[in-house]
Amino acid sequence: MKLRRTMLYVPGNNPGMIKDAGVYPADCIMFDLEDSVSLAEKDAARFLVHEALCTIDYPGKELLVRINALDTEMGREDLEAIVRTGRATIRLPKTESAQDILDCEKEIARIEKDAGLVPGSTGMMAAVESAKGVLNAKEIACASTRLIGIAIGAEDYVTDLKTNRSPEGIELLFGRSMVLLAARSAGIDAIDTVYSDIDNEEGLRKETTLIKQLGFDGKSIINPRQIQPIHEIYTPTEKEISKSLLIIEAIEEAKKRGSGVIALNGKMIDKPVALRAQRVLDLASAAGLLKRREEA
Amino acid sequence: MSEFNYDTIPYIGEIGALHGKFDPAGAVKDHKNLAERQKLNNKIVESLEKAIELSGLKNGMTISFHHHFRDGDYIVNLTLDKLAEMGFRDLIVAASSLSDCHAPMIKHIKSGLVQRIETSGLRGELAEAVSRGLMDAPVTFRSHGGRAYAIETRELHIDVAFLGAPSCDPYGNANGYIRGVDQGIMCGSLGYAKTDAQYADKTIVITNHIVPYPNIPFGIPESDVNYVVVVDEIGDPEGIMKGATRFTKSPMELLMATTCADVIEATGRFTEGFSMQMGSGGASLAVVRFLRERMIRQKISASFALGGITGQIVEMHEEGLIKKILDVQSFDLTAAQSLKNNRFHSQISASYYASPSNKGTAVNQLDIVVLSALEVDINYNVNVLTGADGVIRGAIGGHPDTAQGASVSIIILPLTRSRIPCVVDRVNTVVTPGETVDVIVTNHGVTVNPRRPLLAEKIRKYGIPLCSIEDLRDKARKIVGDPDPVEYTDKIVGIVAYRDNTVIDVIRQVKE
Repeated sequence: MKLRRTMLYVPGNNPGMIKDAGVYPADCIMFDLEDSVSLAEKDAARFLVHEALCTIDYPGKELLVRINALDTEMGREDLEAIVRTGRATIRLPKTESAQDILDCEKEIARIEKDAGLVPGSTGMMAAVESAKGVLNAKEIACASTRLIGIAIGAEDYVTDLKTNRSPEGIELLFGRSMVLLAARSAGIDAIDTVYSDIDNEEGLRKETTLIKQLGFDGKSIINPRQIQPIHEIYTPTEKEISKSLLIIEAIEEAKKRGSGVIALNGKMIDKPVALRAQRVLDLASAAGLLKRREEA
Repeated sequence: MSEFNYDTIPYIGEIGALHGKFDPAGAVKDHKNLAERQKLNNKIVESLEKAIELSGLKNGMTISFHHHFRDGDYIVNLTLDKLAEMGFRDLIVAASSLSDCHAPMIKHIKSGLVQRIETSGLRGELAEAVSRGLMDAPVTFRSHGGRAYAIETRELHIDVAFLGAPSCDPYGNANGYIRGVDQGIMCGSLGYAKTDAQYADKTIVITNHIVPYPNIPFGIPESDVNYVVVVDEIGDPEGIMKGATRFTKSPMELLMATTCADVIEATGRFTEGFSMQMGSGGASLAVVRFLRERMIRQKISASFALGGITGQIVEMHEEGLIKKILDVQSFDLTAAQSLKNNRFHSQISASYYASPSNKGTAVNQLDIVVLSALEVDINYNVNVLTGADGVIRGAIGGHPDTAQGASVSIIILPLTRSRIPCVVDRVNTVVTPGETVDVIVTNHGVTVNPRRPLLAEKIRKYGIPLCSIEDLRDKARKIVGDPDPVEYTDKIVGIVAYRDNTVIDVIRQVKE
């Protein structure tokens, strides 16, 4: 399982942040060529991110690049520059239909071929940021096998709804749920929107607790200070880890015995239980808890 | 009284410190009351000029200053202007440190008033000018401990000390705050000035606030003061408190601070009663914050904190997490006020703090010190004095003193600053030798000096991945490339003394 608890936005026009992005413990780094870059700096940002992808190591990180919308010349130039590096997943902003994904995929496939890359090796991620996008989330999520996930972008979405973001996020509940269901129906990850008040850790924790409970795999973030609180919330408790370890042990034991029936403490272990247990262990492993337990 | 002949007392020629037979004329008693005495018979002189005349200062002599007013200091400029006006020449300025605000000294160097400088640090225009060959004689840079050592041994002989003090009584009992009054100038500890006052031939306290005798507690006792001069202003409160305690929000500083706190915990020294010194930079202050959380969690407290003291250290003291504070320099207003209010917050002299030659020095009691740096090299040498362009822009301070004295010295710095690598093959200027540096914490990894294999093992076992210093250098090189080497002329503009006052490096004039 690939962890995507935190996707750290890094403005594509900021060399200092680009060079240091890898030192933070975010699961994914998302270089931004879109909203955080002014029109005058689009070229420079594209060049900078391209060079960073070609030269800087980001060990253990999943790399993404948010390109400009494909109906602009900039979006196509972004794809040319980024796909050729063979190192990053493309995040397509403001996706509204499956056709958007197909158009982008076609471009990516052309560049991959041109650059001699393995066809299909470039991943994609969609972001829905409008009512139309949310309503089409299922088709979007299922539109391409390249898609690794689908995200909701709240700021544009709530504007489209003619409302604004509340601390409770009630206005986002439908959109989040739609995106989550779309992701799950397509077997890909669901990524929540950014929490933009970077000094409000309590608010961030509250929102993260909510989206974790909804089932999201993680959040986009705009400041490295948001990593730790989110990872803490996604870190399983000792009790959850112990229980999950017992479940996995029971499965292994049953496999050794060649038994198809798996039970723990008199209770049947079925597939959902096993999957949940494995996710708990993956999250625990990412937090370094399993290693510490072994050493202890 | 029995009759005796002084000259026939046995061994009289061998017993020292006896000045002949008592003469009643030498026991004249002053019958004035305290109020009358303070008015008529005190050390206050009418002007700085008069005090200078009385001090017997001559051309070529050494004058000293302290830097507790930091960038808000008026005393150095005020005194030099007066000395220039009086026609002095070829003086040696032995300041504990010099800042941006001392740029006017350039004109006094050019005019011949200041012939040589002794200091811990130089910043701003003055530093820039010195680096570009302003002076014939090189500036001598000493650590706080090394300076105290040189003064104690009289190798650095101070003829006249000019010491600004936020409060002073008519007899010279001076302090860095005013008891009972929160307004006005305040600088907290007078740690560096204490040593100057004690060893200078003549000490002139310059104050803007005369208080009734006795001004207790005092940083400088009247026994070390010859003259008191009252002026309107001795400093700018804004400049004095510049760089006051701040909570960093920089993710990078927070990241390094977390790693550093982990390292401290991993050293095995983070136990009940440990001792520490922290710097005042953003990352160091954040280390203090993270340590605080861990101390509360693990229910441990520190026996003392040493050095430059910040508001954060004070808060921990007041919470009971740090039992005592030894303050050679108060970094902010909170620290200065704490010195006034807290029983176990004590001001100490530079000698007590870090001199390598006295009967006992506080840095040798340190478990952990966290220090910043401009750059480090693959031999673990540290530079805190010259920038990547070779220009002087920092201060040695207590860096080499604490690095050697503390059981574990940790250097915290980013791998690169903008396009400048901070881990290099050889530092521009060696200030703290690699022999005394134990751990280097960067945002891209932690390295332990190979001279400390057991410490490395402890840190590794704790779960902190370690890399070699060469790995860090290579990483820095990969990110920012190899900068062109700084070009120097042959002229030596600075001498860097190690804390034992041996010469550890020299600074050359940067080529234009």
